[in-house]
Amino acid sequence: MTLLRFDGVRIETSGRMLLEDLSFEMASGEMLAVVGESGSGKTLAARAILRLLPPAVRQTAGRIELLGRSLTQMSAPELQKVRGAQIGMVFQEPMVSLNPAITIERQLAEGMRLHRQLPSDEIRRRCVAMLERVRIRDPLRCLKSYPHEFSGGMRQRIMLASVLLLQPKLLIADEPTTALDTLSQREVLELMVELARDTGAAVLLITHDLGLVARYTTRAVVLEKGRLMEVGTTQQILTNPRNPYTRRLVDSLPRGYGDVAEVPDSAPVVLDVNNACIEYPGRPGLFRPGAPKRVVQGVSLQVRAGEIVALVGASGSGKSTLGRAVLGLKPLAAGVVRFDGVDLTSMTAEQRRQFRRSAQLVFQDPYSSLDPRLRVQDIVAATVRNAPDADARVQAVLEEVGLASFGTRFPHQMSGGQRQRVAIARAVISRPRLVIADEPVSALDVTIQQQVLVLLQKLQSQYGFACLFITHDLAVVRQIAARVIVMSAGSVAEQGPVATVFRNPQHEYTRELLEATPTLHVPTEATRVSR
Amino acid sequence: MLGYILKRLLLTLPTLLLVSVGVFLFIRLIPGDPALVLLGEGADAASLAGVRADLGLDRPLPVQFLTWLGHAVRGDLGRSIFSGEPVSTLILQHFGLTALVVLTAVTLATLIAITAGLVAAWRQDSAIDLAVVGAATVVLAVPSFWLGLVLLLLFGVKLGWLPFVGYVPFSESAVQAALFLVMPIVTLTITESGVLTRMMRASSIDVLQLDYVTHARAKGLPESTVLIRHVFPNAFAPTLTLVGLTLGHLLGGVAVIETVFTLPGLGRLMVDAVLARDYPVVQGCLLFTAVVYVVVNLLVDLCYPIFDPRVTAR
Amino acid sequence: MNGKIGIALIGLLLLTIVVGLLWMPYDPNAIDLAHSLSSPAANHWFGTDEFGRDVLSRSMLGARISVLIALGAVGLAISVGTALGVLAGYLRGWTDRLLMMVTDAVLAFPGILLALALMAVLGSSGSSIIFALAIAYAPSVVRVVRGTVLSIREREFIEASRVAGDNAFRTMVRHVLPNIVPPIVVLATSLFGWALLSESALSFLGVGVPPPAPTWGNMLSASRPYMDVASWLSIVPGVCIAGTLLGVNLLGDALRDWLDPRRRS
Repeated sequence: MTLLRFDGVRIETSGRMLLEDLSFEMASGEMLAVVGESGSGKTLAARAILRLLPPAVRQTAGRIELLGRSLTQMSAPELQKVRGAQIGMVFQEPMVSLNPAITIERQLAEGMRLHRQLPSDEIRRRCVAMLERVRIRDPLRCLKSYPHEFSGGMRQRIMLASVLLLQPKLLIADEPTTALDTLSQREVLELMVELARDTGAAVLLITHDLGLVARYTTRAVVLEKGRLMEVGTTQQILTNPRNPYTRRLVDSLPRGYGDVAEVPDSAPVVLDVNNACIEYPGRPGLFRPGAPKRVVQGVSLQVRAGEIVALVGASGSGKSTLGRAVLGLKPLAAGVVRFDGVDLTSMTAEQRRQFRRSAQLVFQDPYSSLDPRLRVQDIVAATVRNAPDADARVQAVLEEVGLASFGTRFPHQMSGGQRQRVAIARAVISRPRLVIADEPVSALDVTIQQQVLVLLQKLQSQYGFACLFITHDLAVVRQIAARVIVMSAGSVAEQGPVATVFRNPQHEYTRELLEATPTLHVPTEATRVSR
Repeated sequence: MLGYILKRLLLTLPTLLLVSVGVFLFIRLIPGDPALVLLGEGADAASLAGVRADLGLDRPLPVQFLTWLGHAVRGDLGRSIFSGEPVSTLILQHFGLTALVVLTAVTLATLIAITAGLVAAWRQDSAIDLAVVGAATVVLAVPSFWLGLVLLLLFGVKLGWLPFVGYVPFSESAVQAALFLVMPIVTLTITESGVLTRMMRASSIDVLQLDYVTHARAKGLPESTVLIRHVFPNAFAPTLTLVGLTLGHLLGGVAVIETVFTLPGLGRLMVDAVLARDYPVVQGCLLFTAVVYVVVNLLVDLCYPIFDPRVTAR
Repeated sequence: MNGKIGIALIGLLLLTIVVGLLWMPYDPNAIDLAHSLSSPAANHWFGTDEFGRDVLSRSMLGARISVLIALGAVGLAISVGTALGVLAGYLRGWTDRLLMMVTDAVLAFPGILLALALMAVLGSSGSSIIFALAIAYAPSVVRVVRGTVLSIREREFIEASRVAGDNAFRTMVRHVLPNIVPPIVVLATSLFGWALLSESALSFLGVGVPPPAPTWGNMLSASRPYMDVASWLSIVPGVCIAGTLLGVNLLGDALRDWLDPRRRS
């Protein structure tokens, strides 16, 4: 039976088309994905169902029907009865998805109080039961607490509880786990699927992550720039995409083991970290300074010239901090970092200057790593300012990254992918011997990610610099790295050649991480053929 | 929560200390013999000698400061050169009226700001929003003393509806006192509501775009509940800080209103003291208003967690 | 649209001042008791005051005086405040804590009262008002600048500058300062409005610029005894103040929107 139907839906804002002529159907109890990159209109489509579009945006054509009744034409009071009771919605940002000013109990109960006429203690009982169901320990204490006392993953689970308490027929999940780390992501999604199956609810999953689509959904709708590209079963879309855009999307998935040779043992060790420990000052109490917190504990690793070593871990594992320490940006509490055999802390001023030119960093956020007041050519020239042929070198490196005519532009005039290429140009212009890449593609759309990764690989094989690639995405690791170091809670859980670690993980944490990364397990053409 | 309260309390101490040092040094900044400054030109030798001994003017400066501070903490702020009355008595007598006017006006202004700001943000870019923003912008540009003058001209002089010269204390006639206070309070309410409304509107606009508001609507909650329970507490927090600052700055700003409507308030006391070179009173008023300001902001800080529980975690 | 109104009003103000430097209908201080308290007419567009002085001319001179004082106060407050704010925000540690304690202490005094007290020490004159207002407003500048520097500091391009080998000084000059200019410009326009208002208030209270020099504030104060017979004396200076403040506020708002980096595309 058709639960939800989109029929020729068009969404516009002051003259601009955001979603054009969208039509598809969804059956009861089904798990359907709406896939697309940024600007595809997928979030707007989801919001349009409950008529929750942002102020300047309107639906100008078409209808959305729930069980045959038009949601688009419904009166406001009737719509209010549908919202929450028949259709529930879960949002992306756990930090702002719950009202920080009121207790969990009030937020959980208000939906129930509105749609069901139940006595207070019955409502409370159900809230507690639901919290237990989403695996929150100590539900009674949780009810009395405020959202800021919980982590991102827990907040998403509380939100799930709040929505599913009303047992809606349709659950709309708008990028529900994008802001969570890999393990939390798995927990929340598994829970969501379980609960949906228990209550017989259908799930409309809005996402950009094909790995999630592969793992959890049976059908998918692919959108690009507001247009419907393809509709079909997940299996078909992943293994046999018919539309060129869908094909590009599927091809952008980091696929299989990269063609990455290991460097011979004779290659010089560029970076040598020995038993590094890094501390943060603790939170000061009223009269005494706080006890320091160890964020990196006893980490040892080596990177040779010409190899890409991946440093993997969840947020809070200390990998970013270690990346900064390796460049001398954060002091070590214990241990030694050596660059080309020289201890960082015992470098002379001249050696330090040399070091700054030979070791560079590519940052994660393309929006804050470039000075908004400078032109691209000035940004890129940072490390070679005083060289006589600076201008020529700037132009040359811009050509290498495919931004030959962008020298005079400002960052705000460029897209995220273009900005990352500027950041890479800035990093490689001085021909460094070591490049630290800190989550360089995490903030980018999938198709752009692939472009930037390929560029990085090309430059690396061309110039032979050592590269420490920090990331949380194991599929990317599999594609580009020769060796991998897995960090957990500040220390090294496991390290070794990528193929070895992935096929035969020794540590519990590595195993969990491998299991939880959906993009590693996407059935693709290659795997289908081999089956 | 207790930690938050204690921390806030302790943080006020250095400020209060610096404030008292500043006020103490103020007298020393005036050229001439401090004793003469404090007693005025016409003092006789015996009183001068007495004051010098009292304040320990022959001792080193830090000791003098402690002596003065010791007096101040016990409520002894010296005597007015002009009237001979104890400064602390004068201050307390005049403060009551100022506090009444300021508190009433700020409360009314806050209520207006909350309503207008929320509604304007809720219906952003509509006619009512433009009207609210327009009114707030105009109000911000109008000086309070001029508005007071105009109201006085209109309702007092031309129409004769309200009394405007002098003041009758509550103890004599509550109705009369209230009538005298209508125009001053209305003036202050109007002028202060401008900046508070703009702040409330801006933070409401920010909050209305956040996910938890959409989530509340997605649950089917009626719009009024969404606005009152979900938008208001979160949007009000920054405005609350501004209310505290407003109360503080009005302790001084009310001087002009008191001048226009000839009310015997604290601001007027200080202005008259400055004009008459009555330094003990000036010094006493400075210390008093600064301490009140610190206390008011402390109280505002303590109320903050009601609207934004996150501050207690930091 | 609002910005245009703001520019128009400020333009009118500047025009009045410039014209006033060269020519005024009457000598602002010329006493003419025969024509005292005459209502607005063709020969005196804004009427005359209790001494027969032309209100229009006095308003023009008042504009010049008030604007000069406000500019002086703002200039001084911004210079001192920015320097201290950048130091506090970039260096942090004890410098920051000390500066913040002093700033908070100064901020504990209501602005008008602080200015009043300082005037009591410094005496009544144009330069002492400038100095007193600058001291009253500098702490706000320190706070705003410090806040902006703190948030800029965390942006990755600052870290990138250090990675490229720049030392602290070069980073501050090349990357931090240019990025804090927009908020400072916006703050300066707000401050100008407040300074103008404060100077008017102080003059109104009788502690500002001493007579016979006219400022809109003391003209309002002098108008009070004659409210029933010469109401224009109470209206004209107030309209001047309100008009100028409205222009400054609108201009400031437009400037803030124009400088917003998110808009620049």
